[in-house]
Amino acid sequence: MLKIQNISKTFNPGTITEKTALQEVSLLLREGDFVTVIGGNGAGKSTLLNAVAGAFPVDRGSIEIDGTDVTRLPEHKRARFLGRVFQDPMTGTAGTMNIEENMALAMRRGKPRGLKWGITPAERERYRECLKSLELGLEDRLSSKVGLLSGGQRQALTLLMATLQAPKLLLLDEHTAALDPKTAAKVLEMTRRIVEEQHLTAMMVTHNMRDAISTGNRLIMMNDGRIVVDVSGEEKQKLTRKDLMDLFEKAAGKELDGDRLLLS
Amino acid sequence: MELMKLINALPGAAAQGLIWGLMAIGVYITFRILDVADLTVDGSIAAGGAVAAVMITGGYPAWAALLAAFAVGLAAGALTGLFHTCMGIPAILSGILTQLGLYSINLRIMGGKANTAISANKYQLMLSLRNVRTLAAENPIFVMLLFTAAVIGALYWFFGTERGCSLRATGANPQMARAQGINTHHNILLGLMLSNGLVALSGALLAQYQGFADVNMGRGAIVIGLAAVIIGEVMFGKIFRNFALKLTAVSVGAIVYYLVIQAVLWMGLDANDLKLLTALVVAVFLGVPFWKNRMLARTRRSGGGGRNA
Repeated sequence: MLKIQNISKTFNPGTITEKTALQEVSLLLREGDFVTVIGGNGAGKSTLLNAVAGAFPVDRGSIEIDGTDVTRLPEHKRARFLGRVFQDPMTGTAGTMNIEENMALAMRRGKPRGLKWGITPAERERYRECLKSLELGLEDRLSSKVGLLSGGQRQALTLLMATLQAPKLLLLDEHTAALDPKTAAKVLEMTRRIVEEQHLTAMMVTHNMRDAISTGNRLIMMNDGRIVVDVSGEEKQKLTRKDLMDLFEKAAGKELDGDRLLLS
Repeated sequence: MELMKLINALPGAAAQGLIWGLMAIGVYITFRILDVADLTVDGSIAAGGAVAAVMITGGYPAWAALLAAFAVGLAAGALTGLFHTCMGIPAILSGILTQLGLYSINLRIMGGKANTAISANKYQLMLSLRNVRTLAAENPIFVMLLFTAAVIGALYWFFGTERGCSLRATGANPQMARAQGINTHHNILLGLMLSNGLVALSGALLAQYQGFADVNMGRGAIVIGLAAVIIGEVMFGKIFRNFALKLTAVSVGAIVYYLVIQAVLWMGLDANDLKLLTALVVAVFLGVPFWKNRMLARTRRSGGGGRNA
């Protein structure tokens, strides 16, 4: 479903702030894979996700989604393959537009936008049903401005929008990091449920080791712009935090830098 | 006797307000919907006036002149949009560049002269200030009310369409828009074109109303447009939620602006000081939300400190 071959990215080359964010990264995701991505600060987790999403062009290598080479496609053209949820709850929705308008925008992801009315009564009903499944009471607030919602509500809505039309690949960039623990757990649970129900292929960046271990069928760990640990299947099922730290040490030749990793 | 003077001036102020209100609706599209401060408008309103005046003196009907003005406005907006999206020039600077270039173009349109007269005696015009106090269908207030209603109706429809919604999303959150597959560059271009098309249209109407087009008729137009947007929001922001009503508020804002101008002139303000007054008033109103937030933050902080103590 996703085929990343030897991609590299250096930000601000030739300047004092030069930063090599990705080095010859390759990754193959099969349909239905749910991979969690973990690593310390500046390991390249988010950069990897953003490279797939097309937020910037990569320096070398190629990216294929569902058999289509997207390496040179701009961000908005890749969007038809992708559902995205960002770390900042403000990023994934338009705060000055109301809930149903935001959903209607997501419903038309990757489709031509013409002069037909932007939202039809039939889809409004569908949105109401979808929102009901979130159990946040949003189904009665279709015409409320999204800016009035809490961070958790916005994040849940963004997740719903990202999967309204089943994406080829769901990209979750630390999407629970800005939420309080209770809300974060709820949004993560929602994520697992939606991915399972729709049989989605997904990548989830997280700095929470426990979430990384307990979610999905595959785990990769990054360090200095490379993938240093890649476990899946039964091996991942049995993985403990201790195993993960040992694996990391062996692969990276240093102790795991846990300043932002939640080791709990 | 003195008061009669003011009352006599009011219909003219209302008509002028309605014409500038159309222009302010164009400013609303860029400033509020796209979140771009577009300074092209100073040039495109004069371009609209110049094109209309030259077409009318050349024997074309007034409606054709309006269409041509609209098209020239679209082109001016497109130029600013290309400067911004294809060449990466900041939006404000892109607008200034187009505005400056338009000055020369406008002089060329008018055959090298700084102004072109279009007398209502000689030509069949859509509106003229000489009818402003007559109670008939030719009254410019009536004509402009129809125009304004048509424009608001058309914009209400457009911004409700799929494309229009994507334009609003582009202004509200460009990152989200791109993630939903929206080409934000195309939409910024489209929004700037639409906005300047409307501004040029209002320039064409203004030239007919006052009986001439002048290469300087757009000086400070952006500030008048912003004033109208802000006055409309201050007056109706709390009660008007519907998009069509918000646009109506902008138009009313422009009328209020011109009524206030008439009133201060009547009270003895030197007409030469008008632009200074406008600039200061707009600066104050643009600053109000900022100061309001600061005051709120301060009271919150001191309130919090009180609880901690």
